[in-house]
Amino acid sequence: MTAPAPTTAPARTATAAVTGIGIAAPGGVGTETWWSAVLRGHRAIGPVTRFDASGYPAVLAGEVTGFEDAAHVPAKLLPQTDRVTRLALAAAAEAITGADIDPSALPEYGMGVVTANGAGGFEFGQRELQELWSKGSRYVGAFQSFAWFYAANSGQISIRHGLRGPSGVVVSEQAGGLDAMAQARRQLRKGGRAVLTGGFDATVCPWGFTAQLAAGGLSTRRDPADAYLPFSADASGHVVGEGGALLVVEDGDAAHARGARVLGTVEGCAATFDPAPGRGAPRLLDAARLALADAGVDAADVDVVFADAAGDRDADRAEAAVLTALFGPYGVPVTAPKSLCGRLGSGGSALDLAAALLALRDQVVPPGAPVGRLADDCPVDLVTGAPRPARLRHALVLARGRGGFNAAAVVRAPRA
Amino acid sequence: MDRLTLTDLAALLRDAAGSDEGMPLDEAALDTLFLDLGYDSLALLQVTGIVERDHDVALDEEALDEAQTPRAYLDLVNGAPDARSAA
Repeated sequence: MTAPAPTTAPARTATAAVTGIGIAAPGGVGTETWWSAVLRGHRAIGPVTRFDASGYPAVLAGEVTGFEDAAHVPAKLLPQTDRVTRLALAAAAEAITGADIDPSALPEYGMGVVTANGAGGFEFGQRELQELWSKGSRYVGAFQSFAWFYAANSGQISIRHGLRGPSGVVVSEQAGGLDAMAQARRQLRKGGRAVLTGGFDATVCPWGFTAQLAAGGLSTRRDPADAYLPFSADASGHVVGEGGALLVVEDGDAAHARGARVLGTVEGCAATFDPAPGRGAPRLLDAARLALADAGVDAADVDVVFADAAGDRDADRAEAAVLTALFGPYGVPVTAPKSLCGRLGSGGSALDLAAALLALRDQVVPPGAPVGRLADDCPVDLVTGAPRPARLRHALVLARGRGGFNAAAVVRAPRA
Repeated sequence: MDRLTLTDLAALLRDAAGSDEGMPLDEAALDTLFLDLGYDSLALLQVTGIVERDHDVALDEEALDEAQTPRAYLDLVNGAPDARSAA
């Protein structure tokens, strides 16, 4: 069967249709496993088990449990992949299978990979650094040359699945998942047929924890029910999580032509960057407004917001102000399933995108963890504890990455 | 310097390339190209680093490039001067 001929005009208004999702995140390996854990309000945050964190100020993490590496990663790739790449490979396989797409049946350069990653292969790199400093350079393995690299996920996925189209990696920390999707959509608008996109990070190792502690923002509380409370009066920081999500996004016309099941469409994307501290206001609101304008919708058309949910008083207040400016106080259901999983770095906003699409599919707002009393300056209709059924047409996803990145995306339920 | 045997090499490549799916590295495969055995240049690079370190030899890069079968590789390693005496 030959691939359909490409359209002659540049596909500048191509719709970005999501046809497959793969997830490996705290709470579940596999999309439906993770989603049902979230709908149950399952808290996947707990004491760190991947290393001995007893001497660290932060002792909690959202870990991906029950991940059998050999079940998801070919034996040949095990010696050369960090945990983050293994998780990403698992999700890539699930997304491609779920999309029922055969990359080899597409034009040779029709499908690429654009993933977000911020830390690279931290655990792998730490081991090699230990060898270097304790034994010398002759004990550093050849695979370190790329296993540490934040583009390794895109690269290994590309090789494994034969995705030879325009590819890359996006580095904007928590905003990365949305920024990668925006880049994927750009590729579709340049004539690409499909892109595997999303984000992953895994930094639950001594070096990763040390780096994140130095960067700040981690809660030092020891009770998993108490540590990461977005918008709460008692917010004390966030908890680190590992994992993420990948999504197959296709040119909408092509997806329909091949009879693909469309999970939803990405209608609007935007990104802004904060000015230097003291030089002006942060620009998350601008990102949200730009994404809505890009989607051609008003705030009134948004039925749920997946919040960045920093869990820091100042950042929560700022985000609540953005939500109030757009929707009015308590003006729209807001949720942060990440309070059940932790902040996943580049995996976070990708997972939020996946959650938004699943919410639209099931017409239900997933809950975040109970956060106690909301802060007075956070007049947010936060959905916690139990899922809330609702009529959902559009979801707005917000993300802020360390260092000043803001991103927003509008996703929409598939047209009936 | 201890001789590197085919068994040693097979074990090193298995560790490096994690392959239990490739062709077995036995006497019959001595003159088969590594690539055909399922071992790419990265796996060889990884193994060479360990061999040089553990057997304390310095292997000539160009000669390494040409040693593309187990027999050629073993001949190169076992014929190499010690790193200590090579200076």
